Amino acid sequence: MQQESVYIDPILEPILRQVPDPEIPVLSILDLGMVREARLKDKAVAVKLTPTYSGCPAMDVIGDDIKKAIEDAGYVCDVELVLSPAWSTDWITPEGRKALEEYGIAAPLDASADKRALLGEEKLVKCPQCQSKNTHLVSQFGSTACKALFKCDDCREPFDYFKCLI
Amino acid sequence: MSLKKHDFRENGDKIDYILTIADNSLILGQRMGELTGHGPTLEVDIACTNIALDLFGQVRSYFQYAAQLAEKSCTEDDLAFLRTEREYKNVLLVEQPNTNFAYVIAKQFLFDHYHFLFLNELQNSNDATLSAIAKKSIKEVSYHKRFSSDWVLRLGDGTSVSKEKIQKAINDLWPFTQELFEPNEAEEKAVELGYGVDIAKLQEEYKQAVEKVLIESTLEVPVFEFYQRGGKKGVHSEHMGYLLSDMQYMQRTYPGMKW
Repeated sequence: MQQESVYIDPILEPILRQVPDPEIPVLSILDLGMVREARLKDKAVAVKLTPTYSGCPAMDVIGDDIKKAIEDAGYVCDVELVLSPAWSTDWITPEGRKALEEYGIAAPLDASADKRALLGEEKLVKCPQCQSKNTHLVSQFGSTACKALFKCDDCREPFDYFKCLI
Repeated sequence: MSLKKHDFRENGDKIDYILTIADNSLILGQRMGELTGHGPTLEVDIACTNIALDLFGQVRSYFQYAAQLAEKSCTEDDLAFLRTEREYKNVLLVEQPNTNFAYVIAKQFLFDHYHFLFLNELQNSNDATLSAIAKKSIKEVSYHKRFSSDWVLRLGDGTSVSKEKIQKAINDLWPFTQELFEPNEAEEKAVELGYGVDIAKLQEEYKQAVEKVLIESTLEVPVFEFYQRGGKKGVHSEHMGYLLSDMQYMQRTYPGMKW
Protein backbone atom coordinates (compact mmCIF):
# COMPACT_ATOMS: atom_id res chain seq x y z
CA MET A 1 0.00 0.00 0.00
CA GLN A 2 3.05 2.25 0.28
CA GLN A 3 2.91 4.88 -1.27
CA GLU A 4 1.56 7.05 -3.99
CA SER A 5 4.37 8.93 -5.70
CA VAL A 6 6.69 9.59 -2.80
CA TYR A 7 10.17 10.76 -3.60
CA ILE A 8 12.78 11.19 -0.92
CA ASP A 9 16.32 11.98 -1.96
CA PRO A 10 18.62 9.27 -0.54
CA ILE A 11 21.02 11.91 0.80
CA LEU A 12 18.21 13.54 2.78
CA GLU A 13 16.65 10.32 4.04
CA PRO A 14 18.91 9.80 7.08
CA ILE A 15 18.43 13.44 8.10
CA LEU A 16 14.63 13.26 7.89
CA ARG A 17 14.62 9.93 9.72
CA GLN A 18 15.99 11.80 12.76
CA VAL A 19 12.92 14.06 12.94
CA PRO A 20 10.34 12.63 15.36
CA ASP A 21 6.62 13.25 15.66
CA PRO A 22 6.58 15.50 18.75
CA GLU A 23 3.49 13.77 20.14
CA ILE A 24 4.70 10.21 19.46
CA PRO A 25 8.47 10.63 19.79
CA VAL A 26 9.29 6.99 18.94
CA LEU A 27 7.99 7.56 15.42
CA SER A 28 9.97 9.23 12.71
CA ILE A 29 7.94 11.43 10.40
CA LEU A 30 9.16 9.15 7.61
CA ASP A 31 7.59 6.13 9.32
CA LEU A 32 4.33 8.06 9.58
CA GLY A 33 4.43 8.75 5.85
CA MET A 34 4.07 12.49 6.33
CA VAL A 35 6.89 13.48 3.99
CA ARG A 36 5.66 13.25 0.42
CA GLU A 37 8.65 14.68 -1.30
CA ALA A 38 12.18 15.77 -0.41
CA ARG A 39 14.21 17.02 -3.34
CA LEU A 40 17.76 18.26 -3.37
CA LYS A 41 19.08 20.66 -5.97
CA ASP A 42 22.57 22.01 -5.34
CA LYS A 43 22.25 23.12 -1.73
CA ALA A 44 18.52 23.82 -1.82
CA VAL A 45 16.06 21.35 -0.33
CA ALA A 46 12.33 21.38 -1.06
CA VAL A 47 10.16 19.31 1.28
CA LYS A 48 6.48 18.58 0.83
CA LEU A 49 4.74 17.66 4.04
CA THR A 50 1.18 16.45 4.57
CA PRO A 51 -0.74 16.65 7.87
CA THR A 52 -2.23 13.56 9.50
CA TYR A 53 -5.32 15.52 10.63
CA SER A 54 -6.22 19.03 9.42
CA GLY A 55 -6.11 20.41 12.92
CA CYS A 56 -2.96 18.59 14.00
CA PRO A 57 -1.31 21.15 16.30
CA ALA A 58 2.08 19.48 15.79
CA MET A 59 2.35 20.54 12.15
CA ASP A 60 4.10 23.85 12.76
CA VAL A 61 6.58 22.19 15.10
CA ILE A 62 7.26 19.38 12.63
CA GLY A 63 7.81 21.89 9.83
CA ASP A 64 10.26 23.84 12.00
CA ASP A 65 12.04 20.65 13.10
CA ILE A 66 12.52 19.54 9.50
CA LYS A 67 13.84 22.93 8.54
CA LYS A 68 16.26 22.95 11.43
CA ALA A 69 17.54 19.39 10.84
CA ILE A 70 18.19 20.07 7.17
CA GLU A 71 19.74 23.48 7.73
CA ASP A 72 21.99 22.04 10.44
CA ALA A 73 23.26 19.64 7.78
CA GLY A 74 24.30 22.61 5.66
CA TYR A 75 21.42 23.03 3.23
CA VAL A 76 18.79 25.68 2.62
CA CYS A 77 15.34 24.27 3.25
CA ASP A 78 11.83 25.15 2.18
CA VAL A 79 8.87 23.25 3.64
CA GLU A 80 5.55 23.29 1.85
CA LEU A 81 2.31 21.90 3.25
CA VAL A 82 0.27 19.79 0.82
CA LEU A 83 -3.21 18.37 1.39
CA SER A 84 -3.61 16.13 -1.61
CA PRO A 85 -3.51 13.18 -1.69
CA ALA A 86 -4.88 13.15 1.84
CA TRP A 87 -2.81 11.27 4.41
CA SER A 88 -3.83 7.72 5.19
CA THR A 89 -2.91 5.35 8.01
CA ASP A 90 -1.95 2.91 5.24
CA TRP A 91 1.12 5.05 4.76
CA ILE A 92 2.53 4.16 8.17
CA THR A 93 5.47 1.82 7.48
CA PRO A 94 5.75 -1.67 9.05
CA GLU A 95 8.63 -0.32 11.20
CA GLY A 96 6.35 2.54 12.23
CA ARG A 97 3.58 0.15 13.25
CA LYS A 98 6.04 -1.90 15.27
CA ALA A 99 7.38 1.22 17.00
CA LEU A 100 3.81 2.28 17.84
CA GLU A 101 2.98 -1.08 19.43
CA GLU A 102 6.20 -1.09 21.44
CA TYR A 103 5.44 2.42 22.64
CA GLY A 104 2.03 1.23 23.91
CA ILE A 105 -0.23 2.50 21.13
CA ALA A 106 -2.27 -0.07 19.20
CA ALA A 107 -1.61 0.25 15.46
CA PRO A 108 -4.54 0.92 13.10
CA LEU A 109 -6.58 -2.01 11.81
CA ASP A 110 -7.83 -2.12 8.24
CA ALA A 111 -10.85 0.05 7.43
CA SER A 112 -13.69 -2.43 7.88
CA ALA A 113 -12.24 -3.95 11.06
CA ASP A 114 -11.66 -0.45 12.39
CA LYS A 115 -15.30 0.44 11.89
CA ARG A 116 -16.54 -2.70 13.62
CA ALA A 117 -14.11 -2.14 16.49
CA LEU A 118 -15.11 1.49 16.97
CA LEU A 119 -18.81 0.63 16.81
CA GLY A 120 -18.16 -1.94 19.52
CA GLU A 121 -19.44 -4.78 17.34
CA GLU A 122 -16.36 -6.92 17.60
CA LYS A 123 -13.35 -7.15 19.85
CA LEU A 124 -10.51 -6.66 17.39
CA VAL A 125 -8.11 -4.17 18.90
CA LYS A 126 -5.19 -5.85 20.60
CA CYS A 127 -3.89 -4.53 23.91
CA PRO A 128 -0.28 -3.41 23.33
CA GLN A 129 0.58 -4.37 26.94
CA CYS A 130 -0.65 -7.97 27.15
CA GLN A 131 -1.68 -8.73 23.54
CA SER A 132 -5.22 -9.69 24.59
CA LYS A 133 -8.06 -8.83 22.25
CA ASN A 134 -10.46 -8.73 25.18
CA THR A 135 -10.64 -4.94 25.03
CA HIS A 136 -13.39 -2.34 24.81
CA LEU A 137 -13.78 1.17 23.44
CA VAL A 138 -13.87 3.92 26.06
CA SER A 139 -14.01 6.89 23.69
CA GLN A 140 -13.76 7.39 19.94
CA PHE A 141 -11.57 10.41 20.59
CA GLY A 142 -8.39 9.99 22.59
CA SER A 143 -5.46 12.07 23.78
CA THR A 144 -4.83 13.42 20.28
CA ALA A 145 -7.02 13.79 17.18
CA CYS A 146 -5.53 10.65 15.61
CA LYS A 147 -6.29 8.27 18.49
CA ALA A 148 -9.20 6.55 20.23
CA LEU A 149 -9.16 5.41 23.84
CA PHE A 150 -9.51 1.70 24.69
CA LYS A 151 -9.29 -0.36 27.84
CA CYS A 152 -8.04 -3.93 28.18
CA ASP A 153 -10.43 -6.18 30.12
CA ASP A 154 -7.66 -8.67 30.94
CA CYS A 155 -4.76 -6.55 32.20
CA ARG A 156 -7.13 -3.60 32.95
CA GLU A 157 -4.76 -1.08 31.39
CA PRO A 158 -6.21 1.77 29.34
CA PHE A 159 -4.40 2.39 26.05
CA ASP A 160 -4.54 4.49 22.90
CA TYR A 161 -5.53 3.06 19.53
CA PHE A 162 -4.33 4.81 16.40
CA LYS A 163 -7.54 5.28 14.40
CA CYS A 164 -7.73 4.10 10.83
CA LEU A 165 -7.91 6.91 8.30
CA ILE A 166 -8.06 5.93 4.66
CA MET B 1 -11.65 45.30 8.63
CA SER B 2 -14.14 45.25 5.88
CA LEU B 3 -14.13 42.74 3.06
CA LYS B 4 -15.73 43.98 -0.10
CA LYS B 5 -15.98 42.19 -3.36
CA HIS B 6 -14.26 44.90 -5.32
CA ASP B 7 -11.18 44.57 -3.11
CA PHE B 8 -10.33 41.31 -4.79
CA ARG B 9 -11.84 41.77 -8.26
CA GLU B 10 -12.03 38.50 -10.12
CA ASN B 11 -11.59 36.30 -7.05
CA GLY B 12 -14.31 38.01 -5.03
CA ASP B 13 -17.00 35.44 -5.70
CA LYS B 14 -14.78 32.52 -4.86
CA ILE B 15 -13.63 34.16 -1.64
CA ASP B 16 -17.26 34.75 -0.66
CA TYR B 17 -17.96 31.10 -1.35
CA ILE B 18 -15.02 29.92 0.74
CA LEU B 19 -16.19 32.11 3.63
CA THR B 20 -19.73 30.77 3.32
CA ILE B 21 -18.55 27.20 3.75
CA ALA B 22 -15.65 27.79 6.14
CA ASP B 23 -17.58 30.00 8.57
CA ASN B 24 -19.83 27.05 9.44
CA SER B 25 -16.83 25.08 10.65
CA LEU B 26 -15.34 28.10 12.40
CA ILE B 27 -18.44 28.97 14.41
CA LEU B 28 -19.38 25.38 15.21
CA GLY B 29 -15.77 24.81 16.26
CA GLN B 30 -16.00 27.81 18.58
CA ARG B 31 -19.19 26.41 20.15
CA MET B 32 -17.61 22.99 20.61
CA GLY B 33 -14.50 24.64 22.00
CA GLU B 34 -16.63 26.16 24.76
CA LEU B 35 -16.74 22.67 26.25
CA THR B 36 -13.00 22.64 26.89
CA GLY B 37 -12.77 21.71 30.54
CA HIS B 38 -16.57 21.72 30.83
CA GLY B 39 -17.62 18.45 29.16
CA PRO B 40 -19.97 16.21 31.15
CA THR B 41 -17.28 13.52 31.40
CA LEU B 42 -13.58 13.58 30.62
CA GLU B 43 -13.99 11.39 27.52
CA VAL B 44 -16.80 13.52 26.10
CA ASP B 45 -14.87 16.67 26.89
CA ILE B 46 -11.89 15.34 24.92
CA ALA B 47 -14.11 14.17 22.07
CA CYS B 48 -15.84 17.55 21.72
CA THR B 49 -12.59 19.48 21.80
CA ASN B 50 -11.04 17.09 19.28
CA ILE B 51 -13.98 17.77 16.99
CA ALA B 52 -13.41 21.51 17.48
CA LEU B 53 -9.74 20.98 16.61
CA ASP B 54 -10.61 19.14 13.39
CA LEU B 55 -12.99 21.92 12.42
CA PHE B 56 -10.42 24.64 13.09
CA GLY B 57 -7.86 22.71 11.06
CA GLN B 58 -10.26 22.65 8.14
CA VAL B 59 -10.99 26.34 8.59
CA ARG B 60 -7.28 27.15 8.44
CA SER B 61 -6.95 25.38 5.11
CA TYR B 62 -9.94 27.31 3.72
CA PHE B 63 -8.85 30.68 5.09
CA GLN B 64 -5.25 30.26 3.97
CA TYR B 65 -6.59 29.64 0.49
CA ALA B 66 -8.94 32.64 0.68
CA ALA B 67 -6.08 34.86 1.86
CA GLN B 68 -3.99 33.65 -1.05
CA LEU B 69 -6.82 34.44 -3.48
CA ALA B 70 -7.10 37.88 -1.92
CA GLU B 71 -3.51 38.41 -2.98
CA LYS B 72 -2.39 38.66 0.61
CA SER B 73 -4.47 41.76 1.29
CA CYS B 74 -5.62 39.88 4.40
CA THR B 75 -4.34 36.95 6.47
CA GLU B 76 -6.09 33.84 7.73
CA ASP B 77 -6.22 35.45 11.18
CA ASP B 78 -7.88 38.60 9.83
CA LEU B 79 -10.56 36.44 8.27
CA ALA B 80 -11.15 34.48 11.43
CA PHE B 81 -10.96 37.24 14.01
CA LEU B 82 -11.40 40.68 12.52
CA ARG B 83 -14.60 40.62 10.54
CA THR B 84 -17.77 42.26 11.78
CA GLU B 85 -20.87 40.19 12.55
CA ARG B 86 -22.53 40.89 9.21
CA GLU B 87 -19.47 39.63 7.35
CA TYR B 88 -19.75 36.10 8.75
CA LYS B 89 -21.74 33.83 6.45
CA ASN B 90 -22.34 30.77 8.64
CA VAL B 91 -25.80 29.26 8.93
CA LEU B 92 -27.85 30.13 12.02
CA LEU B 93 -27.78 26.51 13.20
CA VAL B 94 -24.11 26.46 14.18
CA GLU B 95 -24.22 29.66 16.25
CA GLN B 96 -27.04 28.44 18.50
CA PRO B 97 -25.98 28.25 22.16
CA ASN B 98 -24.93 25.10 24.04
CA THR B 99 -28.04 25.30 26.23
CA ASN B 100 -27.34 21.84 27.65
CA PHE B 101 -25.57 18.69 26.49
CA ALA B 102 -28.58 17.63 24.40
CA TYR B 103 -28.29 20.87 22.41
CA VAL B 104 -24.54 20.36 21.93
CA ILE B 105 -25.22 16.93 20.46
CA ALA B 106 -28.33 17.85 18.46
CA LYS B 107 -26.57 20.83 16.85
CA GLN B 108 -23.52 18.74 15.98
CA PHE B 109 -25.69 15.89 14.70
CA LEU B 110 -27.82 18.10 12.45
CA PHE B 111 -24.74 19.75 11.03
CA ASP B 112 -22.53 16.63 10.71
CA HIS B 113 -24.97 14.87 8.41
CA TYR B 114 -25.11 17.93 6.17
CA HIS B 115 -21.34 18.44 6.38
CA PHE B 116 -20.62 14.87 5.31
CA LEU B 117 -22.89 15.04 2.26
CA PHE B 118 -21.53 18.47 1.37
CA LEU B 119 -17.87 17.41 1.52
CA ASN B 120 -18.65 14.27 -0.41
CA GLU B 121 -19.76 16.50 -3.29
CA LEU B 122 -17.07 19.15 -2.82
CA GLN B 123 -14.50 16.47 -3.62
CA ASN B 124 -15.67 16.84 -7.24
CA SER B 125 -15.01 20.59 -7.31
CA ASN B 126 -13.12 21.78 -10.38
CA ASP B 127 -10.98 23.81 -7.98
CA ALA B 128 -8.04 21.58 -6.99
CA THR B 129 -7.54 23.19 -3.57
CA LEU B 130 -11.20 22.97 -2.53
CA SER B 131 -11.30 19.37 -3.70
CA ALA B 132 -8.16 18.55 -1.70
CA ILE B 133 -9.55 20.18 1.45
CA ALA B 134 -12.78 18.18 1.01
CA LYS B 135 -10.94 14.90 0.58
CA LYS B 136 -8.96 15.57 3.73
CA SER B 137 -11.88 16.82 5.82
CA ILE B 138 -14.41 14.15 4.97
CA LYS B 139 -12.33 11.51 6.72
CA GLU B 140 -12.51 13.54 9.93
CA VAL B 141 -16.17 14.42 9.54
CA SER B 142 -17.16 10.77 9.20
CA TYR B 143 -15.90 10.34 12.77
CA HIS B 144 -17.83 13.40 13.93
CA LYS B 145 -21.01 12.06 12.36
CA ARG B 146 -20.56 8.72 14.04
CA PHE B 147 -19.94 10.37 17.42
CA SER B 148 -22.97 12.67 17.31
CA SER B 149 -25.29 9.99 15.88
CA ASP B 150 -24.22 7.55 18.61
CA TRP B 151 -25.07 10.13 21.24
CA VAL B 152 -28.47 10.92 19.72
CA LEU B 153 -29.18 7.21 19.89
CA ARG B 154 -27.91 6.93 23.44
CA LEU B 155 -29.92 9.88 24.70
CA GLY B 156 -33.04 9.12 22.66
CA ASP B 157 -33.16 5.47 23.57
CA GLY B 158 -31.90 6.17 27.09
CA THR B 159 -33.88 7.30 30.14
CA SER B 160 -37.14 9.21 29.99
CA VAL B 161 -35.26 12.36 31.04
CA SER B 162 -32.54 12.05 28.40
CA LYS B 163 -35.15 11.30 25.78
CA GLU B 164 -37.20 14.34 26.67
CA LYS B 165 -34.12 16.57 26.58
CA ILE B 166 -32.77 15.40 23.24
CA GLN B 167 -36.24 15.55 21.67
CA LYS B 168 -36.63 19.13 22.84
CA ALA B 169 -33.20 20.05 21.48
CA ILE B 170 -33.93 18.44 18.10
CA ASN B 171 -37.31 20.21 17.96
CA ASP B 172 -35.80 23.58 18.85
CA LEU B 173 -32.96 23.33 16.32
CA TRP B 174 -34.97 21.79 13.51
CA PRO B 175 -36.22 25.18 12.17
CA PHE B 176 -32.59 26.06 11.39
CA THR B 177 -31.98 23.09 9.09
CA GLN B 178 -33.73 24.38 5.99
CA GLU B 179 -31.16 27.14 5.54
CA LEU B 180 -28.46 24.53 4.94
CA PHE B 181 -30.01 23.78 1.56
CA GLU B 182 -30.82 27.32 0.41
CA PRO B 183 -27.91 28.75 -1.58
CA ASN B 184 -26.78 32.33 -1.14
CA GLU B 185 -25.47 34.34 -4.07
CA ALA B 186 -21.91 33.05 -3.76
CA GLU B 187 -23.11 29.44 -3.65
CA GLU B 188 -25.23 29.90 -6.77
CA LYS B 189 -22.29 31.40 -8.60
CA ALA B 190 -20.05 28.57 -7.41
CA VAL B 191 -22.36 25.93 -8.83
CA GLU B 192 -22.52 27.82 -12.13
CA LEU B 193 -18.74 27.90 -12.40
CA GLY B 194 -18.23 24.30 -11.30
CA TYR B 195 -16.24 24.80 -8.10
CA GLY B 196 -19.19 24.67 -5.71
CA VAL B 197 -21.77 22.17 -4.50
CA ASP B 198 -25.41 22.23 -5.55
CA ILE B 199 -26.67 22.02 -1.98
CA ALA B 200 -30.38 21.96 -2.82
CA LYS B 201 -29.84 18.50 -4.25
CA LEU B 202 -28.54 17.16 -0.94
CA GLN B 203 -31.73 17.76 1.00
CA GLU B 204 -33.52 14.51 0.26
CA GLU B 205 -30.55 12.37 1.19
CA TYR B 206 -30.03 14.47 4.33
CA LYS B 207 -33.61 14.02 5.37
CA GLN B 208 -33.40 10.26 4.99
CA ALA B 209 -30.10 9.96 6.88
CA VAL B 210 -31.24 12.13 9.79
CA GLU B 211 -34.68 10.52 10.04
CA LYS B 212 -33.13 7.06 10.09
CA VAL B 213 -31.10 7.92 13.19
CA LEU B 214 -34.05 9.67 14.87
CA ILE B 215 -36.36 6.72 14.31
CA GLU B 216 -33.74 4.27 15.54
CA SER B 217 -33.38 6.51 18.61
CA THR B 218 -37.16 6.24 19.23
CA LEU B 219 -37.46 9.99 18.66
CA GLU B 220 -40.05 11.84 16.70
CA VAL B 221 -39.19 13.59 13.47
CA PRO B 222 -40.31 17.19 13.94
CA VAL B 223 -42.75 18.70 11.46
CA PHE B 224 -42.35 22.39 10.76
CA GLU B 225 -43.78 24.82 8.34
CA PHE B 226 -41.78 27.83 9.29
CA TYR B 227 -38.02 27.88 9.05
CA GLN B 228 -35.40 30.40 10.22
CA ARG B 229 -32.84 31.70 7.79
CA GLY B 230 -30.46 34.63 7.38
CA GLY B 231 -26.98 33.62 8.52
CA LYS B 232 -25.74 32.97 5.02
CA LYS B 233 -26.61 36.54 4.13
CA GLY B 234 -24.94 37.84 7.26
CA VAL B 235 -28.12 38.35 9.27
CA HIS B 236 -27.48 36.45 12.50
CA SER B 237 -29.36 35.59 15.66
CA GLU B 238 -28.74 37.48 18.88
CA HIS B 239 -26.31 34.77 20.04
CA MET B 240 -23.75 35.58 17.39
CA GLY B 241 -22.56 38.88 18.88
CA TYR B 242 -21.79 37.25 22.23
CA LEU B 243 -19.97 34.41 20.51
CA LEU B 244 -17.84 36.83 18.50
CA SER B 245 -17.01 38.97 21.50
CA ASP B 246 -15.52 35.85 23.11
CA MET B 247 -13.83 34.61 19.98
CA GLN B 248 -12.35 37.92 18.89
CA TYR B 249 -11.36 39.16 22.32
CA MET B 250 -7.62 38.51 22.07
CA GLN B 251 -7.17 39.93 18.57
CA ARG B 252 -9.25 43.00 19.38
CA THR B 253 -7.49 43.64 22.66
CA TYR B 254 -3.96 42.93 21.43
CA PRO B 255 -4.08 43.68 17.70
CA GLY B 256 -1.66 41.57 15.67
CA MET B 257 -0.82 39.29 18.61
CA LYS B 258 0.79 35.94 17.80
CA TRP B 259 1.37 32.80 19.81
